[in-house]
Amino acid sequence: MLRLPTFQLHEPASLKEACALFAEHGAAAKILAGGTDLLPNLKHEIYDVDHVISLAKLPGITGFEMQGHDLVIGALTPLAQVATNPNIQKHAPALAQAASLVAGPQHRQMGTLGGNVMLDTRCQWINQSYFWREALGFCLKKDGTVCHVVEGGKKCVAAASNDTAPALMTLGASLTFVSATGTREIPIEDLWVADGINNKSARPGEILTEIRLPLRDHTHHGAYGKLRERGSIDFPLLGCAVRIDLDDADCVRDAAVSLVALQARPLLIKGVDALLQGLKLGSTELDQAIEAVAQLAHKKCKPLDNIPGDKDYRRRMVPVYVRRTLRAALDGTGPVHHI
Amino acid sequence: MRLLELEINGDRLHVAAPPHWTLLEVLRYELGLTGTKQGCDKGDCGACTVLVDGKPQLSCLMLGSAAQGHAITTIEGLLPAHRAQGGAGADPVQDAFDRCGALQCGFCQPGMMLSAKALLSENPTPTSTDIKHALSGNLCRCTGYTQILEAALLAATKTEEVL
Repeated sequence: MLRLPTFQLHEPASLKEACALFAEHGAAAKILAGGTDLLPNLKHEIYDVDHVISLAKLPGITGFEMQGHDLVIGALTPLAQVATNPNIQKHAPALAQAASLVAGPQHRQMGTLGGNVMLDTRCQWINQSYFWREALGFCLKKDGTVCHVVEGGKKCVAAASNDTAPALMTLGASLTFVSATGTREIPIEDLWVADGINNKSARPGEILTEIRLPLRDHTHHGAYGKLRERGSIDFPLLGCAVRIDLDDADCVRDAAVSLVALQARPLLIKGVDALLQGLKLGSTELDQAIEAVAQLAHKKCKPLDNIPGDKDYRRRMVPVYVRRTLRAALDGTGPVHHI
Repeated sequence: MRLLELEINGDRLHVAAPPHWTLLEVLRYELGLTGTKQGCDKGDCGACTVLVDGKPQLSCLMLGSAAQGHAITTIEGLLPAHRAQGGAGADPVQDAFDRCGALQCGFCQPGMMLSAKALLSENPTPTSTDIKHALSGNLCRCTGYTQILEAALLAATKTEEVL
């Protein structure tokens, strides 16, 4: 039986009130959205918090809205709705597919898109009960001074494990944070920091309220591939999102590949667009370039023993999933999943 | 302590519980509704599944307070709801699980049946693949999945007859 530690529960009725509470309590408070990440972590005593600020009663930060050339998704929108929304499926298939593969059906009803973006990093040495962690000896992320993944390591290497993060990165999403001092919009690429203890640059007191996607037309192709042990519930052993935009002559205009569950931050592979640009759909040159992208990703991605799954196996799967997900995007057959 | 107003199985109930208690703990230890099982307690197993406004959710990862304003259905609520709608015998899902012997130790069964109930409410004629996806958040540690799948398919037939 895992019990939650005691805390003071706040249920603000407005965003302004939520921001004021977060500003007042700072590091002693955590934001509660869907709860599927925060509550297990609280039960495992990974956080020392006295206050939990629930967003359950906040109006207006759920749902989808077209704003000019952008599609805006409220941060509290459940992942199940993101996965099945026709506009997301049409304009951002990689995001819909990634959301459809997060954890299991119940988690997707509860978990929110904002919560998945803000998901804490994971490591097989930290996502355990306090009893287990104490018996082993604590680690850098909480209570300890050593890293159990990298011998002698001084920097936490817990892995970003959010399925939607790489999809949002390939789609050029931006995030809106609101705090007691104002509103800030940043490209999602700028959110990530290579530090497993806290892999996000969100400032103290900031609450994620919106995820904004630039609308894409019929020439956009995207897909998400997920490697995991079972067909459900599990976090990714590897997540791969791709975007391929074609021009009117069916040649690649732009492309991006992003991966997650490797290191503390999701990784956008640089140089993918240069390898694929200008190549015609169905050509041998494009097939060869897809293979070159797969090999480039293999070179850039070096998984660690931070999450379950043998790191050599996970590395060998990098080119496999990059190749399959690129093809699935072009064929419209995503997501890439073993079930 | 916090006074909660909950709608459980159609009944409006007032219950006092500490703010850090999950809905699962409120159900089991304040209301005596022990049909909802406490398994892993961290969202891995699905044994604590309840329906929140008809959707399957994990009561071990939901604060009791967050359940306010929503219609909660636990396994204890299926039979009364079926009878209230004029149905005879057991709820079609419960009846199908009984007929197919879709249990071994029985611990996962309430969560399995509620996930199946939610699926059939949305899709009365699911395929085997639909059922596998819908039940994929519920683990059976006895691995009795074959009969569970058969029961969900049988329940779909019976639900269609009822409709």
